[in-house]
Amino acid sequence: MQNDETVLKVDDLRVYYATSEGDVKACDGVSFEVRSGEILGLVGESGSGKSTATSGVLRTVGSPGRIVSGRVILDGDDILQLADEAMRKLRWQKLALIPQGAMNSLNPTMTISAQIADVVETHEGRQPQQVLQDRIYGLLRMVGLPARIYSMYPHELSGGMKQRACIAMSIALDPKVIVADEATSALDVVVQRVVAQTMLRIKNELNVSFIMIGHDMGLMAQVVDRLAVMYGGQLVEIAGVQDMFATPAHPYSEILIDSVPTLTERKAMRITEGITHDPRNPPTGCIFRLRCPYAMAKCAESRPALTEVRPGQSVACHLWKKDENGNYVRASV
Amino acid sequence: MSEHLFEIDEVSKIYGPEDTGLVALSHYSFTIPEKPARIITIAGESGSGKSTLGELLLRSSPPTRGRILFQGVDIWKFSERQKRDYHRHVQAVFQDPFGVYNPFYRIQHVFDMVVNNYKLADSKPAARNMIEEALNAVGLRGDDVLRKYPHQLSGGQRQRIMIARATMLKPKFIVADEPVSMVDASLRASILDVMMKLRDEHGISFLYVTHDLSTAYQIGDQIILLYQGTVAEHGKAVDVISNPKHPYVQLLIESVPKPDPNDPWPGEVELPAEEAFRTAAATGCRFYQRCPQRMPRCEKDNPELYDVGKDRHQASCFLYE
Repeated sequence: MQNDETVLKVDDLRVYYATSEGDVKACDGVSFEVRSGEILGLVGESGSGKSTATSGVLRTVGSPGRIVSGRVILDGDDILQLADEAMRKLRWQKLALIPQGAMNSLNPTMTISAQIADVVETHEGRQPQQVLQDRIYGLLRMVGLPARIYSMYPHELSGGMKQRACIAMSIALDPKVIVADEATSALDVVVQRVVAQTMLRIKNELNVSFIMIGHDMGLMAQVVDRLAVMYGGQLVEIAGVQDMFATPAHPYSEILIDSVPTLTERKAMRITEGITHDPRNPPTGCIFRLRCPYAMAKCAESRPALTEVRPGQSVACHLWKKDENGNYVRASV
Repeated sequence: MSEHLFEIDEVSKIYGPEDTGLVALSHYSFTIPEKPARIITIAGESGSGKSTLGELLLRSSPPTRGRILFQGVDIWKFSERQKRDYHRHVQAVFQDPFGVYNPFYRIQHVFDMVVNNYKLADSKPAARNMIEEALNAVGLRGDDVLRKYPHQLSGGQRQRIMIARATMLKPKFIVADEPVSMVDASLRASILDVMMKLRDEHGISFLYVTHDLSTAYQIGDQIILLYQGTVAEHGKAVDVISNPKHPYVQLLIESVPKPDPNDPWPGEVELPAEEAFRTAAATGCRFYQRCPQRMPRCEKDNPELYDVGKDRHQASCFLYE
């Protein structure tokens, strides 16, 4: 089950997009680890760099974007240094993707079983018919789909079923890490729950790790083990999900958690003002300072480093300082 | 003059042939009083018919059966003049705050169009004052936004500008179809807050079309939950959401992920493989195939809305007959 063994380590990853007015730093020095058998959530608003960061991990950054620097260590290899052919083999086998709008990524002219078979045979060569068939039935069972899906076409399935078919495909080669990019966002709440619970079951049964990209804090609370928060291309906080919700350390995490409306208590919603900066022209110092309710003079001067302020909880914010005993405390403002 | 703003009388909307087509809304009746202003939420999953109701009220398409009365007059029997007035009184705010703008024009242009089309002001300073007033009502200032292009504003600001544009016409009713679903979570509150303010200070009622029950709970006065074109349950938003009665609504509310890692979903749910067929010829409760409490008669008979609580809290389920 979940332990502290690191399966994927991302170190100071930078992905920039070229524009006529200079680079947009969509992923600007992002570092995190994914542990064995955990779901790591990656949240932030649109344009915060969550999908860009993972496209760097998967090496799928397309022009005008480019990976500028950084390391992505999977199984001892820096995958940013691998030759293209080695990288092609590694995809699906060690690192799989459930893309955003996965249900539209299925080939409409192939049956579900043929698409899964395609993934398997491309990587492992021709398989005896019976072996392949049993394996596909096993995968469908694993994601809770009935056996008759085997010979159906994508248009015959509902959105939630297509999404689960994509999950079946992603686990076909027993990968170490699966990146799920907004895998449930286009689904209705009941179907979303079914798909999310399928992911949880797979995590437990196969001990696979997930990076789950999303923007719904409620869903994150239900599904992930640890949560990383991104803003403006930078990772501003990472913590266990319990700590993140109980004691968020970064002002932006705090706002994100406060702005989730609940179904149990009718109360005034927290309204945040301030302008999101132009990504071509980010502010000096802290990336969040233009929207931060606690911004100080120091925040304009230097970028705060990601620092572990409590066990397992790291934050990039100048409010946190060491006291005389050497413990980190957050300045009260 | 009727005391009702809207009377929706046995309205059905069927796409395709009347006997075999797809039922988007079935035998729906509802009245919206002129006063006090209120926020009425229409919620349900994709394909439940919630946007269809909004379109019917906007007069984008006629109902297949039934009538919609606005201040006592059938909206499909309007004179030209009544049509023009109607489109002034009933405004719309749509889901996508990025697609509704022409990227070549400054924000000022959005407002100039309204002022010119409806001849709202006879001088430039008067127009400027009206625009400023409308922007202030949504928490913006003309100096900050009017000279800007749409791409220079956040999704939240663009959506509030659309609401400001709608309020210039002093409407009685705004159909807001998923107005916050494309706006980042941290900026949603500002839009919802504007809706409540317009209800309380300007007497504007809203039809808030959404799939997000938590925002409906926070700002809605009444809620109508649709399932495959039929009303599963309706009543005061607080009553329905804190004490749901219809098995579908119970499942729906239980499935909304709670923002608390210590409060997980209660157990796993199973979904039937196929979507239930929903042509006009289909009979029985629409939720039959998925219902954990189904009875033999639910397959054949259509449940009516039965009282399940105070203030017209009703659910269409034989459990409450």
